[in-house]
Amino acid sequence: MRANSAKALVLPLAVLVAFEVWARATHLQSDSLAPPSEIVMALFGAFADLSILTATRDTLFSAFAGLAIGTTIGLAFGIAFGISDTLDRLMEVTVEAIRPIPSIALLPIALIALGFGYRMEIVIVAFACVWPVLILSRAAVRSIEPRLMEVARALRLPSAQRVWKIIIPAALPRIFVAFRLSAGIALIVAVTVEIAINPLGLGAGIMLAQQALRPDLMLAYLVWIGVIGYALNVLLVVAQNRLFGRAALSGDGA
Amino acid sequence: MASAAKRLEAVYGTATPQIAFDGVTLVLGGKTIIENLSLGVRPGEFLCIVGASGCGKTTALRLAAGLYQPTSGKVNFDGQPMREPRREIAIVFQDYGKALLPWRTAAGNVSLALEAGGMPSAERPARIEELLRTVGLPGHAGKYPSEMSGGMQQRLQIARCLAQEPKTLLMDEPFGALDAMTRQGLQDEVLSLVAASGATVIFVTHDLDEAIYLGDRVIGLLPHPGRIGIELSVNLPRPRDQLSTREHPEFLRLRRQLFDFIKATEQ
Repeated sequence: MRANSAKALVLPLAVLVAFEVWARATHLQSDSLAPPSEIVMALFGAFADLSILTATRDTLFSAFAGLAIGTTIGLAFGIAFGISDTLDRLMEVTVEAIRPIPSIALLPIALIALGFGYRMEIVIVAFACVWPVLILSRAAVRSIEPRLMEVARALRLPSAQRVWKIIIPAALPRIFVAFRLSAGIALIVAVTVEIAINPLGLGAGIMLAQQALRPDLMLAYLVWIGVIGYALNVLLVVAQNRLFGRAALSGDGA
Repeated sequence: MASAAKRLEAVYGTATPQIAFDGVTLVLGGKTIIENLSLGVRPGEFLCIVGASGCGKTTALRLAAGLYQPTSGKVNFDGQPMREPRREIAIVFQDYGKALLPWRTAAGNVSLALEAGGMPSAERPARIEELLRTVGLPGHAGKYPSEMSGGMQQRLQIARCLAQEPKTLLMDEPFGALDAMTRQGLQDEVLSLVAASGATVIFVTHDLDEAIYLGDRVIGLLPHPGRIGIELSVNLPRPRDQLSTREHPEFLRLRRQLFDFIKATEQ
């Protein structure tokens, strides 16, 4: 494992070093590129004056709030559609009509309705997060072992308990995969909204650096967003294995 | 219909059967699975149902459980029509691996039945311990089903069914997936559990020896559509014994009769 991951780092490191050497040799003057050393320095600078930390806080706040709202809505509808065929058929056209709308296309409406700031961004992130959770949790509920539902019926489990004690735990490993997917989307959409129009967070930080002709700072923000996205995914994968290692295995094995 | 009722009366005198099928027909997806099945099970009786695969024996059990509703005819429980599953009827499924909740421990799985029955949480642990001891799983309360052998998982499922304090226990090939030794052990345990609780049992199996060994009465179903082909009373002394019962001349006679019947249906 260790030797493999070390090998995987060889190519990126070589590219970085080559780029650094080339940038210095040619005395690179650019509005879009900067040598790695300057990017690192800019990143340290942004940490030192706390600007990147404030931006990170703003972006993550919007992304997580939107993720929480979107996941809740998606989960509620996904479970309801999974349980009730009637409801699913009734809502199918509506869902399929709304789902393909790119979330970012809601930006003009959200801006008029809610103005600049967190609320507008949260609404757009939430809209984007609803769909993966809705579609996957509906499928997860559909694919629950029918025997478990018969056990619930034979035990005369009241329907609220049936959802809470059978359906949600049985579907949870798959629902968590949907949540991971949505978490990635939440970060992408939040930064996109900030780049497009909202004057806060990491996206706005990139735009500001670009307009100030600071490619080093702009790229530093980019690197930092990558680090956050990577860390978020690692965190969720670890959580998934911790929480559902056993359940996921037995679910697939059955 | 009238003849079915008359037949029941002839067999059981005036005693009301606990479970009564009265001219039950079930059509699923345009296919007649069971046709005009009439059958009564006395309180406390151990009834075994055998038959070739696809003869509708599992379906009959599901009708008795209230998991299916007949297309025509009636299924009654204690004289009341069955419209849905009831607390007094517990069902043990063959595929214990699918019927247990993999995310709950043994204790948690038993607890599910107690929760469904509305038992206060303070009273549950003692009852769970008692039930696990009854089925021979003391000290395994904290294990997950995936950490248990097939026989242990089936014991656990039986414990969950006993938690319902059922008047009727329905068993769908419960030992079909287990090895011969585990199987014989569990047969005897089920017999003593049933003797202790006085529950009525309908036991579906494809193992003819098992049916005769366990039952007070064995019914053989004919396939396509499912209907009664043979009915045998088992007058073997209880408690039954794995060696002497199976060597009893009556056991061998019934075994012969049942094998001949099954052979005939398969041709």
